[in-house]
Amino acid sequence: MKKLLTTVAAGAMLTSPAFADLMFPDLSYRTGPFAASGTPFSDGYQDYFTLLNQRDGGIGGVPVRVVECETAYNTERGVECYEATKGDGALVYQPLSTGITYQLIPRATADGIPLHTMGYGRTSAVNGEVFSHVFNYPGNYWDLASVMINVLLDENGGSLNGKSITLLYHNSAYGREPIRTLEALSAQHGFTLNLLAVDSPGQEQGNQWLQIRRERPDYVLFWGWGVMNQVAIQEAINIRYPLENFIGNWWAGADHDVASAGQAAAGYRALNMNRLGDMPVFAEIQQHVIDAGLAAGDGTNLGLVLYTRGMYAAMLAAEAARTAQEIHGVADITPAMMRDGMEALEMTNARMESLGMPMIGPEFAVSCADHGGTGRAIMTQWSGTEWVTLTDFIAPDDSVTGPLVLEDSAAYAAEAGITPRNCNES
Amino acid sequence: MFYREAGDFKTSYADDSQTFPIAFDRYRYYFVLAVGLGIIPFVITDYWASAILIPFLIYAIAAIGLNILTGYCGQVSLGTGGFMAVGAYTSYKLMTAFPWMDMVTITLLSGAMTAMVGVMFGLPSLRIKGFYLAVATLAAQFFLVWLFNKVPWFYNYSASGQITAPERLLFGHAVTGPNAEAWVKYLFCFAFVFVLAWVARNLTRGAIGRQWMAIRDMDIAAEIIGVNPLRAKLSAFAVSSFYVGIAGALLFTVYLGAVEVGEAYGIQKSFLVLFMIIIGGLGSLFGSFAGAAFMVLLPVALKVLLVDTMGWDTALATHFQFVIVGGLIMFFLIVEPHGLARLWSLAKEKLRLWPFPH
Repeated sequence: MKKLLTTVAAGAMLTSPAFADLMFPDLSYRTGPFAASGTPFSDGYQDYFTLLNQRDGGIGGVPVRVVECETAYNTERGVECYEATKGDGALVYQPLSTGITYQLIPRATADGIPLHTMGYGRTSAVNGEVFSHVFNYPGNYWDLASVMINVLLDENGGSLNGKSITLLYHNSAYGREPIRTLEALSAQHGFTLNLLAVDSPGQEQGNQWLQIRRERPDYVLFWGWGVMNQVAIQEAINIRYPLENFIGNWWAGADHDVASAGQAAAGYRALNMNRLGDMPVFAEIQQHVIDAGLAAGDGTNLGLVLYTRGMYAAMLAAEAARTAQEIHGVADITPAMMRDGMEALEMTNARMESLGMPMIGPEFAVSCADHGGTGRAIMTQWSGTEWVTLTDFIAPDDSVTGPLVLEDSAAYAAEAGITPRNCNES
Repeated sequence: MFYREAGDFKTSYADDSQTFPIAFDRYRYYFVLAVGLGIIPFVITDYWASAILIPFLIYAIAAIGLNILTGYCGQVSLGTGGFMAVGAYTSYKLMTAFPWMDMVTITLLSGAMTAMVGVMFGLPSLRIKGFYLAVATLAAQFFLVWLFNKVPWFYNYSASGQITAPERLLFGHAVTGPNAEAWVKYLFCFAFVFVLAWVARNLTRGAIGRQWMAIRDMDIAAEIIGVNPLRAKLSAFAVSSFYVGIAGALLFTVYLGAVEVGEAYGIQKSFLVLFMIIIGGLGSLFGSFAGAAFMVLLPVALKVLLVDTMGWDTALATHFQFVIVGGLIMFFLIVEPHGLARLWSLAKEKLRLWPFPH
């Protein structure tokens, strides 16, 4: 792994801007309390680009260059990484951190570089009229909260009246995002919502679980990340909370989160934005990347939940770049062209099938006004040895999240002095 | 040869008591100012501003602030992060409530507000000292972070609890927000650092600074010779918090632009600033600058060296950074427990004798 990165980095330096290439920065975190979650994602992200280079010679004939920068999930390091890489022709930033996303939204918009925060970041960035350079397809936190409640409604015969639901969340922008939607849903469906914050990094959760043990809420919804996830699952097991009523979001349902508890964690459920299981593309990555000694990690993460998601993120970026190449008729695209490509991106089942990842995500089309995709998610459950997919893609309640998005994005536009562009004109 | 007092005659008391009595030191100081004002603003890039110079300047203010309290007055504080948060949130509330207010006023008012909060949390210092005071200020750290998380008024009821600095102009140039240019932000911070360091230098060698040092060296003896411990300690807390608050405000408005209290102003920030003054040198203004430079520049320099130049794996390089920074801290503290400032003054002693040491 070290050898590969050395060659990649050395190659990156030798490849001066004179050669055409597509630069995708990878703001990863392989150190610190969130490394367990950050490492497989980054491996998947880089391996897919390596596969494109090895198999197809890049995107549209132009090789891809991935520049990795370690943020340790720290916003100041994230800013340093952004400033260090942005002048290098960076096409799109995917910081995989809601805190860093908040830093980068104004900066990237001012610099004209698109930002893709798949399923995290600022939810109201769905509104493309206000957030011209920020995309969060295929889903966001508010969709996620709504899908969770839809699943629970379905299980309880359409009514949650009188039920108590606790939100256990990482005490940061990431964890606080769903609160607004859940409050709206709680008023609509008549369940009581309790909020329990866990301070970062989340290794200390004794108090919160004591409270859960005392109150015995009907459901616990979980917004965790990194080391916090395995601690929460262990605590839930310790107080014998029924695990099928403990539901994680799509950042709290990875293999390493449940692996340490193993069989004891059987029954824990989590949503997912992408489908799991074997796909033809994994065999190709194994052949062209891992067996060739070019993997970003040690190759053991292949096919795991977050590896698949990182690969999915890279695929969406590569497809957007391809779309941009088609729109502008130029192979060596600029960040501005990349933005146009992302805005015109359309994912269909046929396309995903031909890429070797059939049905990996929902079908969606991005437009000028809607940067958010459909927000559909699947429910998965840990069987004790593997994640089992329980449902097909479930739709959120757009009638709840839609007005909230408009309200929050209008507040941002007023605060930042942005005049929303009109998407109906052009 | 060049660095010596010999032949440098003083003809007035003012000359005799100036900050840099040695001509060479004085010229060096003017040179640094000239480079800082005359050259850097014209060549500065976004990367140099955002990754190196602005954090260095801001942390230098924070380090001077903590040095006044800990280095000069001997009161240990672990609440620096919390006090920085007070400065940041005051700026945010002022910026959003009074959009016409200019950034200099806002930053100074943020410092004043932090000074008031600092005095409040400084009250226990009249009864407790040493480790016990450290624990009391640690409580301030946790309380303030909890407060800014808990009360939505502080973050204007935003969904995520993040505060974002809106764009504000100074003399027609954006100082905050994404459109602020690197040189504007740099000069804005530079001006604050210059004025605050100048004030701190003159405070610490004046009557009040001597009172602080008397309290630090032995508070009972100081009280016997007529130093009022209430005034001395609380003024140290006020001045120190003023500086720290300004640093926190600038960190939010100019440097980061968007901040979350637990992440940006957590306990690790308190430790970071404390390390800066310990490594730089307690009770020394130069030490505050040296410590800030050491802690800000070293990680970036190591990253550039290990990842960009030598092509190491980023995770490995980050782990090695911890090892190297930790090793260097231990090395410096073993070789010179009084910090970089002491090394500097030793070097100057040697220079005076050079080239004929006896």
